[in-house]
Amino acid sequence: MSTVSLPLQPSEVSVARRETVQLLLRSPTFVVGVVILGFWIFCAFFGSLVAPHDALDQSFPQLAGPGKYLFGTDQLGRDVFSRVLAGARDIMEVAPAATLLGILGGTTIGLVTGYFRGLVDDAVSRLVDAILALPLVVIAVTVLVALGPSKPTLILVIGFVFTPIVSRTVRAAVLAEGSLEYVQAARLRGESPLYVMFAEILPNVMPPIVVEATVRLGYAIFAIAGLTFLGFGVQPPSPDWALQISDNYTLLNSGTYWWTVLFPGLAIASLVVALNLVADSISKVLER
Amino acid sequence: MLVFAAAQLLPGNVGRNILGPFASENDVKILNHQLGLDRPVLTQYGDWIWKLLQGNLGSSLEYQGTSVSSLLGPSLVNSLKLAAVAFVLVVPFSIFGGVAAALRRGRPADRIITLTGLSLTAVPEFVSAILLILVLGLWLKLLPVTAQYPSGAGFFTQVRYLLLPGLALVMVLFGYIARMARTGTIEALDSDYVRTAYLKGLDTSTVVRRHVLRNSLLPTIAVVATQMGYLIGGLVVIEKLFNYNGIGQRILTAATNKDFPMLESGVLVVGIVYLVATLAADVLYSLLNPRIRYAAAE
Repeated sequence: MSTVSLPLQPSEVSVARRETVQLLLRSPTFVVGVVILGFWIFCAFFGSLVAPHDALDQSFPQLAGPGKYLFGTDQLGRDVFSRVLAGARDIMEVAPAATLLGILGGTTIGLVTGYFRGLVDDAVSRLVDAILALPLVVIAVTVLVALGPSKPTLILVIGFVFTPIVSRTVRAAVLAEGSLEYVQAARLRGESPLYVMFAEILPNVMPPIVVEATVRLGYAIFAIAGLTFLGFGVQPPSPDWALQISDNYTLLNSGTYWWTVLFPGLAIASLVVALNLVADSISKVLER
Repeated sequence: MLVFAAAQLLPGNVGRNILGPFASENDVKILNHQLGLDRPVLTQYGDWIWKLLQGNLGSSLEYQGTSVSSLLGPSLVNSLKLAAVAFVLVVPFSIFGGVAAALRRGRPADRIITLTGLSLTAVPEFVSAILLILVLGLWLKLLPVTAQYPSGAGFFTQVRYLLLPGLALVMVLFGYIARMARTGTIEALDSDYVRTAYLKGLDTSTVVRRHVLRNSLLPTIAVVATQMGYLIGGLVVIEKLFNYNGIGQRILTAATNKDFPMLESGVLVVGIVYLVATLAADVLYSLLNPRIRYAAAE
């Protein structure tokens, strides 16, 4: 590596950061992922503006094949292409919000349990094991039935289920840091536990948290799409992709109306694959 | 052991959680009275647990007078059939893929296998299932597009009908398992005993078979067990998509219709299946790994 020939930087941190970015940009999978992801983020904000028609407009011929309408129309006579563009919004709101909630909760719990260990750790860890023992879909469906499906509930449920999973990762990282000298030094200086946890340890366990966040975001999309498909997630008349598939998949058996499900399906697939390419490259670079 | 003790307690807690919020939503008071639903939540719960201990899961609220176990039993069998098809397909596929990738580490073939696995894993199962239905079922007409085989169908017909939904589950699981197999194999390839084996003059296939595989498959078995939880959740979605009469469908309809005895029992059964599978994997793991076996004996 030619690190020696680099011009002097204000601090080592920014050098490391620049190296990370350079390494990422050199990875083709990262670049491809970012481009696709960027497209869908654009659509989440402006999709309904750039779409040729209103996603809810039912004034078109029903179930017309691709041709005059780029991706065809669905059984209510809505333009599938416009719906695919506009459908990015809901999932791109709910999934990042749920992930953020899970990361915040999980990081806090992970820091506390990893730092104090002992009784707190034991109690919380058992609880975490108990929550993890049931499949996500089953927990989510029961809670969503009880509280009624809505976007805030969806965010809360997914965030709640992610919290213990994230806390495990953070706890493991904190345990590894806890015995290091800088932590002991801070303790001996008489710093409060809160300061040691958030100002000393947290910055040092950021790489695994960032990786965990990207991975969780992928799972969030996976889970929310699945729940929406089952009817417990985003509600009609949203042009959400999973909802489009859920509305139209029963038409598939006849074999003729494939465009109503294929295009939203490809949209979800491209989004999650792009996200995973990005997550994979970030974790490779940060954990090198 | 503590993990298991904690998890054992779980289905009961979930039952109570489900019951709590629902109890306030009972509108049809007379019916509720007949069903005993207007009693305090704890009484109902205690009643349910008491009957459960006697092996009685109660009767469904939706299908009046039909016992839950007579409805859940066949559904569970159906789900297990589907899960078995998925498992039989995914394990050899992904282990082969993972080992093949590891042996070509860093070369294009490795990249392709890893990235394909990663991408397939990330795509929600109903999306990959839709794509499979379109390509294999409708355009190539290779496989039937419904999972519900005609009643009285023979073994092979049943398997044929379950292939498409099974494949959808395989696509999600492949990535995880192949990745673990790859990591395990690479670790074994880098070890001293493999170098020794090569230096002894053994050829590659013998080394891989006798020294690498034995060690690399252990973590793979562990990860297969952790995927049980996902598999059950995936079944819920796949069963709905293919309109297949399994336990996932049962839980789903029970949840939609607020059929509590059915819902609780369904979740309980899922919890038990999950525990048994995890335990079985633990036992298998220790049987295959002499180090753990000896450590336990000491």
